[in-house]
Amino acid sequence: MSVVLVVLSCGAATTLQDGGRRGYLRYGLSASGPMDCIAHAGANILVGNVADASAIEFGLGGGRFRIEGGAVRLALAGAPCPIRLDGEPVAHHRSLVLREGSELSIDRPREGVFATLALAGGIAVEPVLSSASLHLRAALGGLDGRPLHEGDRLPLAPPPLSGEPECCLDPVPIERDRPIRVVLGPQADRFTEAGIDTLLNAAFTVSNRADRMGYQLDGPEIAHGLGGFNIVSDGTVAGAIQVPGSGRPIVLLADRQTTGGYPKIATVISADLRRLAQRRPGETVRFESIPLREAVRQARERAAAIAELPTRARLVADAPDRLLGANLAGNAVDAFDERD
Amino acid sequence: MTRRPPRLLPCGDTAFTIEFGDAIDADLNAAVLALDAVLAEAALPGVVETVPTYRSLTVHCDPVAVDPAELGQEILALARSDLTPPHAGRIWRIPVVYGGEFGADLDAVAEHHGLSSGDVIARHAEPDYRVAMLGFLPGYAYLSGLDPTLALSRRPSPRPITPAGTISIGGAQALVASIAAPSGWHLLGRTPVRSFMPGRDPIFLLAPGDRVRFEPVDPGRWTVLDEAAAAGELVAERLDG
Repeated sequence: MSVVLVVLSCGAATTLQDGGRRGYLRYGLSASGPMDCIAHAGANILVGNVADASAIEFGLGGGRFRIEGGAVRLALAGAPCPIRLDGEPVAHHRSLVLREGSELSIDRPREGVFATLALAGGIAVEPVLSSASLHLRAALGGLDGRPLHEGDRLPLAPPPLSGEPECCLDPVPIERDRPIRVVLGPQADRFTEAGIDTLLNAAFTVSNRADRMGYQLDGPEIAHGLGGFNIVSDGTVAGAIQVPGSGRPIVLLADRQTTGGYPKIATVISADLRRLAQRRPGETVRFESIPLREAVRQARERAAAIAELPTRARLVADAPDRLLGANLAGNAVDAFDERD
Repeated sequence: MTRRPPRLLPCGDTAFTIEFGDAIDADLNAAVLALDAVLAEAALPGVVETVPTYRSLTVHCDPVAVDPAELGQEILALARSDLTPPHAGRIWRIPVVYGGEFGADLDAVAEHHGLSSGDVIARHAEPDYRVAMLGFLPGYAYLSGLDPTLALSRRPSPRPITPAGTISIGGAQALVASIAAPSGWHLLGRTPVRSFMPGRDPIFLLAPGDRVRFEPVDPGRWTVLDEAAAAGELVAERLDG
């Protein structure tokens, strides 16, 4: 009998994601993939998957799930969503087994936005263009090209459970109080000096227009130069901060449009995309400019940190009590020192 | 026009753009596509993918594998060298039903230019267009080669939704739209051809560098062609053998 994860309920922004879809930007299709790549990798590593295996991403929501036809090891990482197994609280950032007859319940996170639920063996949907990631606007990938909803039955292919011990990982903090780092360009020269000062010195707020395509920020207007706010469209990257005629910046993200006709004043470094994505509407964002070489160093450190995750997973029995306690108490992010 | 040398624009730590100019111009686009072809051939380590536009090539790279600044300088040097124009690319004939409910702005465009609607159709269907870029949304094909006598700046207020397959013009650009979306362009007609269709092989019909010819067809043929396209047929015809 096949193993199926049954969605009893879930939030609107619940999607399947894997490492993303490379190679189709030239056809107008952005990569998609996880909004918090470290959460995605961490959840997968905890259940013995490769870091970019397909998993369920929640955006400011959660869901309730049952399993049919077997049992599966799973783990939730990212924004701290309260989790219950048959009504009993469980810590996040740890693995556990969901068995037939039990119900897993994940609540809206106490802070942050995106959380990833990984299941051992991944989600057995047919990849589209070599990826299981949902691209919402293109109605492509995921489960039938759409977000998950109540009643969905996700095919799983879990490896047999062989009594491995459960593992946990320390969450990697979001560092809400520190600025989001950017590299100026590609069109910083389309802005006045005052416009760049505004970007780097003002406090912005994540607006309600924030989704997997991009986050529009509220705050002071960023002044364009004499050339105005129209350019002949060119390519966009995840993290590009485009400034339309309103002067209100939009940070383009995983499901963004692949080209754009507004000047892009700066680009959020890849290592900080998750830090921005985890800020909710109403939260403050400040930007800091760093040199490209420092951004490259941060990207390499992050890649090394992801590669090291398997060695950082610890047996739950060995984890200090404060880990589980802290997670349940809702201050997990503050409970740990920033990793080096 | 005078051509300045290509520039290297940083796009964070995972990409950079080689900018050939900032205009919609067939020569600029040919240089972009030529560099794109050179990079496809060269398969430089660390290059993940490339995105041609009318006037620039964005190169996505893996900052763990390469130093983006060094790679950028290397590719900038290539961009400043003599680039051989890309080969002709595929040629597609794309059926279009013009005017009426299929192209709500045809008559207004004709009136603006002092032409008959038939003139506008003839001038729009005359050229061999080049697919200068695909972008914005999956399969949206932006074409160069529009008859300059048809050029018309965008509508003052965009329409909240225009249908999949819309054939439109905006400024000096011509567009084949793949999925329903808002648009401020002038709608001349509609094609049953799906330039993007999940579940069909190929999912994307058009590629940068391809050529496109529009073939006016009778509204009476719409239903048959559209049903064939919905069933997964290309409906577009390949002309380059």
